[in-house]
Amino acid sequence: MRLPAQPGELIDRAEPLGFRLGEYRLEGFRGDTIGSALFANGRRVFSRSFKYHRPRGLLCCSGHCPNCMMTVDGVPNVRVCVEPLREGAVVTPQNVLGRLDMDFLSVVDKFGGPFTPVGFYYRTMIRPRFMWPVYEKFLRGVAGLGRLDEHAGHSRRYDVEHRRARVLVIGGGQAGRAAALAAATAGPGVVLVDESVRLADVELPGVEVLAPARALGIWEGKLVPVDSGTVLYRYRAERIIVATGTVEQPLVFPGNDLAGVMLPEAARRLIRDFSLRPGQRAIVLAADERAPEIAETLREAGVAVPRVVDLREGARQLEAHGRRGHVRRVVVDGEETKCDLVVVSGGRQPAYSLLSQAGGRVEYDESLKVFVPRDLPAGIEAVGSVTGEGIVRAEGAAAYEGSGKCFVCICEDVTTKDVKRSIEEGFDSIELSKRYTTVTMGPCQGKLCQLPSIHLYAHELHTYEATIGTTTARPPWAPVELGLLAGRHLEPTRRTSLHFRHEELGARMMWAGPWKRPYAYGEHPEDEVRTVHESLGVIDVSTLGKLLVEGPEAAQLLERLYPNRFADLKAGRIRYGVLTSDGGRIMDDGTVARLADDLYYVTTTSTGADAVTAWFEWWNAVWGYDAEIVNVTGALAALNLAGPRSRDALQRLTEDELSADEFRYLDAKHIEVAGVPCLALRIGFVGELGYELHFPSSAAEYLWDRLLADGARPFGLEPQRILRLEKGHVIVGQDTDSESNLLSAGMPWLPKMDKDDFVGKFALEHFAERDERELLVGFTMEDDVVPAEGAQIVVEGQPAGRVTSARRSEQVGAVIGLGWLPRDRADAGTRFEVRVDRRLVGARVHHGAFFDSAGERMRS
Amino acid sequence: MSFVLACPHCGPRPVDEFAYSGEVTRRPQSSPTLRELTDYVYFRDNVAGRQREWWQHRQGCGEWFLAERDTRTNEIISVSLPKPGT
Repeated sequence: MRLPAQPGELIDRAEPLGFRLGEYRLEGFRGDTIGSALFANGRRVFSRSFKYHRPRGLLCCSGHCPNCMMTVDGVPNVRVCVEPLREGAVVTPQNVLGRLDMDFLSVVDKFGGPFTPVGFYYRTMIRPRFMWPVYEKFLRGVAGLGRLDEHAGHSRRYDVEHRRARVLVIGGGQAGRAAALAAATAGPGVVLVDESVRLADVELPGVEVLAPARALGIWEGKLVPVDSGTVLYRYRAERIIVATGTVEQPLVFPGNDLAGVMLPEAARRLIRDFSLRPGQRAIVLAADERAPEIAETLREAGVAVPRVVDLREGARQLEAHGRRGHVRRVVVDGEETKCDLVVVSGGRQPAYSLLSQAGGRVEYDESLKVFVPRDLPAGIEAVGSVTGEGIVRAEGAAAYEGSGKCFVCICEDVTTKDVKRSIEEGFDSIELSKRYTTVTMGPCQGKLCQLPSIHLYAHELHTYEATIGTTTARPPWAPVELGLLAGRHLEPTRRTSLHFRHEELGARMMWAGPWKRPYAYGEHPEDEVRTVHESLGVIDVSTLGKLLVEGPEAAQLLERLYPNRFADLKAGRIRYGVLTSDGGRIMDDGTVARLADDLYYVTTTSTGADAVTAWFEWWNAVWGYDAEIVNVTGALAALNLAGPRSRDALQRLTEDELSADEFRYLDAKHIEVAGVPCLALRIGFVGELGYELHFPSSAAEYLWDRLLADGARPFGLEPQRILRLEKGHVIVGQDTDSESNLLSAGMPWLPKMDKDDFVGKFALEHFAERDERELLVGFTMEDDVVPAEGAQIVVEGQPAGRVTSARRSEQVGAVIGLGWLPRDRADAGTRFEVRVDRRLVGARVHHGAFFDSAGERMRS
Repeated sequence: MSFVLACPHCGPRPVDEFAYSGEVTRRPQSSPTLRELTDYVYFRDNVAGRQREWWQHRQGCGEWFLAERDTRTNEIISVSLPKPGT
């Protein structure tokens, strides 16, 4: 039953909304929260408590406490007191075995006491060990709050937005609004964040209002993530004004967790926002000055208030009793009052968490009996009651005497008895005790239990609150969905300019680092291998990293970056290069073509382009050569036209001379192919006569189509891997790892140790003085089985190495591969074994290429 | 880590835009002993205090530069472009 329309009520009585609680169909109004709608439907028990499964009802109605946490549309632990009601919402209670008003696990409350003392989870259910699986199954069933819907994650889309603000005001109360308006007079860029839906329609001239939204914390660099539901705003502010106000504190007395025990703000919100009468007959208990004001508010709403107790007058004994979880009567110093509502005020604690995270100090104020922020860092300000301003000292007992369970922390069901016992056990420091009792570690994160627990510790230890101190206030200030922190699931994909041609040809696409590349175009990659050996194949190698290095000192730069020589490379010629680190390890490889005295064209591995660019730029920043490095990977497409027919085929498309004398192996030339200006590199990664054409990406589909029309057959990455393996060519990162160096990876001829300096030279000098422990060599399998990459190499029954690549080669007529072997087992012809599917298969070491070892075909 | 770093070219930007490349090391001049080489390649001072380090504005202009940072507070004392050859 609703009250007559209240001034400023949030509900729109003209628009009813239907929703479900379990099997019940209920109705509320637009503007209701799920919590207020449930309350309007007569629901008083919203959840069951964490440990004892005690029935719990609305306590704070402000999104702080755990009492109204329910599962809404599959999302667990939603605080329904602040969750707007939506048409068709499906609400289910959690942490319940049975029904909210009949929870079978509430036996823990009645009989479990002796078995579940404070810290029982550290001490019990450990022995006998063989029982653990049984305990574990039980504990996993009862522990935690809510159940995650494993499929729900994909139904929501989360985004992150980066924003800047000149002034960010957190908290839209009186002080916050005034501060925002004052800041707005100095110029634009003022943003105000508030968690209340009430602020959503508030117009503040010159201020951008973001509500309902929650500032989750203040990180270094004045970074404030703001949770607005499905968008996480990452605000960078020049100035932050915190106006988070205070959090009303509960009282600690037996029965203080019964449904019907509420904080003043909860009663006020039910009346003012939702036109609901929070109870019929109330008693008001206040340790601060607010008792008369609270009573007045209740009476105006038609609640009978037979008794108002100002606890500052020194009541000692206080207890509440209920029936089936609802409060029925309260006894104060022996005098009993029947009631169905108890409004308690234990004072107000400044909500200082954000200020403390920002680097402010937190200090106990003896006169106010609360913790207040002090010494704020530059650019962080606090206004309003969060500073302690306007707070009246509350004078209550740390815990009232009486019979029944008396909760300090309702999130984790920690009682005063638990705290006392932890002190007896020696946990007298607040940080240790927190971890032992878990007080302040529940869903409210200390908002409602930090101050009462510190009062209790001080009382029990006969010391001052200032001596006890506080626990650390860590972000997030309010609970946040993990999905929001994770952001949207994005998998950036790089596609070459020929991606759609590959798809049209029915290629099987595969991941190659960030790239999508054709694995093969048909069912049988070996067919594509045969094409390259016998006639003409073409592969899209646009993924190769491509850099231009240009300038009067480009030669010196490359000479010092690579272990081999590039200063003496003649214009128009190409040389293979391997990059090493100063630790002597192989980093990347590729070809380097000198296009002019002061211009080099460098290719890198497909995944190495960015790292190599950064590496080159960094060393050039160190050395300061007059050379520029430009990454042109995306601007240029590249095709490798390979096979015995490639010269004739290419010649038909160009007027430039391609004869073996005019365009030699390892020549680089600018030629025009079918009207497209290309840089043609004659290299032989796949072991056949071939031309790598580099040209503007925009012409990629055109040139590809021309080459295919001219008889070239596309081949994919898998056939290319077979082809290069036949030549014994190493793939950096596949056959080498972060330990490999040029001497161990079979390239001792490459580094020129007489050069003055190159990156990795010092290490290679030392490597040269010792013997490598293992070497990268080729091998031929004795049987027709292909070992997996990473398969174990076995020598005399002992693991001795690993396979890095292996393929079946028609051309060689055997299964061939590369692998790491102990040095003394790496001579050509040495037999060893490879573990394949649990059996050992013989193999023999092979040095050099498996096919055309003189390289006549690619040089032809 | 969410501090703000000033690129010598682009000015103050969130640190996420930059790539960190470790403290400034001294590369041996010629043929170091194995110990000297290992010190240079693998060992870092890891100071709790002011440290000179390499940064690159990787998501921005791409410039490599040096910053002096207090590793305890992430306070940036200065940024500068490298003087090559030193």
